Amino acid sequence: MSAGHRRLDIEESGDVTIAKFVDKKILDEGNIQIIGNQLFSLVEDDARTKIILDFSNVEYLSSAALGKLITMDKKVKAAKGKLRLCTVRPDIYEVFAITKLNKLFDMRDNLEQALEGM
Amino acid sequence: MSSTEEFDVTIPSDTAKGREVQEQIVSGMESRGYSPRDVFGVRLALEEALVNAIKHGNKMDPNKVVNVKWEIDDMHVRVVIEDQGKGFTVEEVPDPTDEANLDKPGGRGIMLMRSFMSVVEYNEIGNRLTLEKRTDDKDDDE
Repeated sequence: MSAGHRRLDIEESGDVTIAKFVDKKILDEGNIQIIGNQLFSLVEDDARTKIILDFSNVEYLSSAALGKLITMDKKVKAAKGKLRLCTVRPDIYEVFAITKLNKLFDMRDNLEQALEGM
Repeated sequence: MSSTEEFDVTIPSDTAKGREVQEQIVSGMESRGYSPRDVFGVRLALEEALVNAIKHGNKMDPNKVVNVKWEIDDMHVRVVIEDQGKGFTVEEVPDPTDEANLDKPGGRGIMLMRSFMSVVEYNEIGNRLTLEKRTDDKDDDE
């Protein structure tokens, strides 16, 4: 599996993979790189196609992190899978809204709603 | 009324050092009772601005430095960040919300700064950025 510290807690719910960010702040470039690799590995190495990203721990994230999420979305779409984001706190949601990425991503209020119809 | 404090710090082209300055500015805001929302916005803007100065401005060159000057009182915080790069033309940064640019890295940081700060101004050559947050701004992101 991937090297480096785990930046995502992975759980399974049926055929859905729930990846929860461990960090409160997703800012540091090295960290963002590791997170990106761990995310991409879910699709590319583990062939998971139904993925929920749980943001409940995340208090800050930078535009560099948004770039990784966009790439992740493309990879999941290319694999004909589904990617959803959930439990994004209002401050962070605003970051998505300003950059219009709330239109790109399927964002749900909480994990329960994200699991619905997945 | 509160007195205005002024700071002047020069850091190497190292994002970890940038984050230390960011922490200093943000903790100054917190101790003056700025709202969590203002603190969030300023922290985010500083993160984007300092990373831009270090990575894109100075290109991580260890021989180059970034100068950060800031003043703060209870009503506003104003930060001037100057790198030693050759600058850029802010108008030429592509619109990140354009469908064709959605997966490109550039532009989103500047957009976030503009949204969260009261003032975002580059000098003519683009190596010096002034950011200001005023507490009397109403909800200025809509």
